[in-house]
Amino acid sequence: MTPYDPVSAARRQAVSVSLATGLYGISFGALSVAAGLSVPQTMALSLLMFSGGSQFAFIGVVGGGGALGAAVASAALLGARNGLYGAQLTPLLDLPWSRRLPAAQLTIDESTAVATAQPTRAAARVGFWWTGVGVYLLWNLFTLLGALAGDRLGDPRAYGLDAAAAAAFLALVWPRLAGRAAQAVAGAAVVVALATTSLLPAGVPVLLAALAAVVVGLVTTGRPPVPGAVR
Amino acid sequence: MTALWGGVLLAGLACLAIKLAGHVLPEHWLAQPRVARVAALVTVALLSALVAVQAATDGGRVVLDARLPALAVAAVALALRAPFVVVVLLAAATAAGLRLLGMP
Repeated sequence: MTPYDPVSAARRQAVSVSLATGLYGISFGALSVAAGLSVPQTMALSLLMFSGGSQFAFIGVVGGGGALGAAVASAALLGARNGLYGAQLTPLLDLPWSRRLPAAQLTIDESTAVATAQPTRAAARVGFWWTGVGVYLLWNLFTLLGALAGDRLGDPRAYGLDAAAAAAFLALVWPRLAGRAAQAVAGAAVVVALATTSLLPAGVPVLLAALAAVVVGLVTTGRPPVPGAVR
Repeated sequence: MTALWGGVLLAGLACLAIKLAGHVLPEHWLAQPRVARVAALVTVALLSALVAVQAATDGGRVVLDARLPALAVAAVALALRAPFVVVVLLAAATAAGLRLLGMP
């Protein structure tokens, strides 16, 4: 038996997370093209925005006929948690200023989850950078493959791509539904979104649901959920 | 440049700016339990609302069609810990199959 080495354990974990996450870039690419974005626009989202939840939200609102402002706001609100991850990671990894811009772009659910799970700083650094770079490369590669494949499909409904988009959001929210508060907010969000969908412009019901969450979050107390759940 | 391109770039830059803010702002500004709690719940609310809108609305109306049984299949797959790609493919196949059988 080789002795336990936290750094190589972190590297192995990073590689497996990168493969699993990168692969579903295929579904993002195909759904983005089905929502009406071009292949270059789809790639711009994966290269620049690089945050699964925000990217799916953007194309979901645009594909549903929502205003661009609502799409931008949905994506930015879903990206808010990445800002909180950064506040955790900078001290954990002891990042110098020169590394903060690349580190920021690679700060996502997966890289944060792998980094914060490591027992030593050296392992946390390896876990963060290997996961961040690995997911970035594979996510963009598979986005391109999905977008090119989606471009060749005909009617997206015939392939069930509209249902696939709903399932993608369900899969993203699923690991975050532990706890009463999260479940109550999820239920309220569904009710608010469906009840207001015929009254408000497309995209706005989703933002209204987020407002309900802010109210619940401010009036209730308790431990914050553990960040870094794998998306 | 089209409006859609403008939206893509604006949203991308906004998400990058938020990530960068986390790495350069003083830590104690963001490291408050209440901030973390609200951010986590906002994430849950947005994603849940997007599930509902994507599964059960069309053109500003609530519509029940093959997407709902497909979503149920996805939920079962998630409960069985299927990977993301499998969940998405199962949902697409369910909806496509039901539409072949004549369901809207």
